[in-house]
Amino acid sequence: MVAQKMNLSSKIIIYGILIFLGLFWTIPTFGLLVTSFRVPDDTSSSGWWEVFTEGKFSFTLQNYSAVLNPGDGATSNTAATINLNQAIINTIIMAIPSTVIPIFLAAIAAYAFAWMNFPGRKFLFMVLVALLVVPLQMSLIPILRDYRVLGLNGTFLGVWLANTGFGLPLATYLLYNYIVTLPREVFESAVVDGASHPTIFSKLVVPLSMPAFASFAIFQFLWVWNGVLIPLVFLGDDPSRIVLPQRILQMIGQYATNWQLLTAGAFVSMFIPLAVFIGFQQYFVRGLLAGSVKG
Amino acid sequence: MVARVENKTPKILGLTAVLAVTLVIYYYVFLFLREGTANAWIIFAVSLLWGIGGVWFLFVLVTSIIDLCSEKVRQVVMPWAFAAPALFLVFYYLLLPTFRTIYLSFFNQDSSKFIGFDNFIYAFASPTMLESFKNNLIWIIFGGGISVLLGLLIAALADRTHPKFEVLMKTAVFLPMAVSMIAAAVIWKLVYAFAPGTEQVGLLNAVTVTLGGTPVPWLLQKPLNTYLLIVILIWMQTGFALVVLSAAIKGIPSELLEAARIDGASELQSFFKITIPYIQITLISVSTTIVIFTLKVFDIVFSMTGGNFGTQVIANEQYVQMFRNFDYGRGSAIAVVLLVTVLPVVYYNVRDFGKNAKGF
Repeated sequence: MVAQKMNLSSKIIIYGILIFLGLFWTIPTFGLLVTSFRVPDDTSSSGWWEVFTEGKFSFTLQNYSAVLNPGDGATSNTAATINLNQAIINTIIMAIPSTVIPIFLAAIAAYAFAWMNFPGRKFLFMVLVALLVVPLQMSLIPILRDYRVLGLNGTFLGVWLANTGFGLPLATYLLYNYIVTLPREVFESAVVDGASHPTIFSKLVVPLSMPAFASFAIFQFLWVWNGVLIPLVFLGDDPSRIVLPQRILQMIGQYATNWQLLTAGAFVSMFIPLAVFIGFQQYFVRGLLAGSVKG
Repeated sequence: MVARVENKTPKILGLTAVLAVTLVIYYYVFLFLREGTANAWIIFAVSLLWGIGGVWFLFVLVTSIIDLCSEKVRQVVMPWAFAAPALFLVFYYLLLPTFRTIYLSFFNQDSSKFIGFDNFIYAFASPTMLESFKNNLIWIIFGGGISVLLGLLIAALADRTHPKFEVLMKTAVFLPMAVSMIAAAVIWKLVYAFAPGTEQVGLLNAVTVTLGGTPVPWLLQKPLNTYLLIVILIWMQTGFALVVLSAAIKGIPSELLEAARIDGASELQSFFKITIPYIQITLISVSTTIVIFTLKVFDIVFSMTGGNFGTQVIANEQYVQMFRNFDYGRGSAIAVVLLVTVLPVVYYNVRDFGKNAKGF
């Protein structure tokens, strides 16, 4: 409707501005991708755009095999130790329980806050809302000290629990906002039929809340997968536990000018979150629109 | 009635025994996971069983026991079976540490001696922290401000383009949200890369050389480097503003805009007189979210410059005090500073929630 009424010149201006901004957003990533397929001699002596301007391109996959295969030292001796495979496995091991555990705990809590009566309900929920934006930094030192005493420092268990604890305010808040809007009649008729709270929860609330679970799951998964601070503090940099962001961070220090390795490594670390993001974009957007601030 | 309760007692006792056994098993699985020496995938499998199956089983068990109790007990105890696990974790991981950190901020490095406000003198008056405050302010004004404005601009302009182009545009701007800041750091390190001589690997220096300039080590240039880091934040955060604001703009009733047009309002007039007031609340909440996020910016500075060359920010300085200098007193005091800066938002959120929750 609006578009038809616009004259040609304003149309050109609008498309012009947007295309310019679109290039700003895509060119840096495109450069990363191109660089990751170039040979070391090219990346150290020329910019990635020369692939197009000068035809300087000998396509190779060896950067990817160098960062992924533990035994492949094709590009240099140091590359043999990059072994991002282990880091990918570690990140998966860290991310999945850190995503699934909070959903269940938040769902039952959100149900209680939305549909059950208990003293302090309103006050406790307010505390939860207040904690939404409290900076993580407030928790690091005390929790780290406890972890040292409990022997949880440097364990996946410690990170799962920390990610769960830090993710729960947002999880409960988002799920509450959804569960509280479920029609009251559904619950009333269930109560009349003699259903107990656990039954109502598992037979009615869980199936109806799947979209909300999905949108929080995407949120939490991306947050955990991409997070730097929590694994840095609680998991450490032992090769058997190190996760992708931290490993890439080490690579930035070790291979500062080996652009072909750095870019391949960065792309490997981006692949899974990008796939999840593109695949479940609508759930992610729904979560965003539900209004979310993370601490 | 009495007979029924008596019938249930053995059942309750039986389930309680099962619960006790489960808790013991739970404890041993905890020890096994804490040990963490087994094969990673076994730990992974056990953790999923323990964390998901185990938690679910415990929940079912506890609620079944409560269900067998009298109506009165049920009404009082059942809500806690639902709410307590999450509340416990949130209290332990967020609420309690907040007070503990405030407490620690009055003690020395290893928390062995009370030193009053010394750490806060550091947090408010040391050159590093003053630099961090100044930089954080620049981050919020430019990083936060430009993210919101660009998001608004793109949302408003893309609304007038072909729907397919709009989707493409939004996806391009939105995609960096899925990327870790460390991957973004690699992407932008490549853009800012510097080499002496004419042959440049970095895009920005290549452009500089083409325009007849000499290559510049961008990340060492004070105070320009902070702004170059802010560009990365804008690149990552604008997508958030765009998506939320775009949804708000699409929610404006078309009759409203139509009426304005009939009355002879120009595009710009209707944008400022109708669109902006209509999406005002969304605009405020998006800005708040981005400001909070920007305030706590850590990963970008940590990975790009490590806070050197005049780019230090509060969150990175907190990390340095905590994990490089092992000064838990100063680290805590700086964390408290961060907390104080978000307190207005905490207040606003809670007040807002109180308003909305009348029918609670």
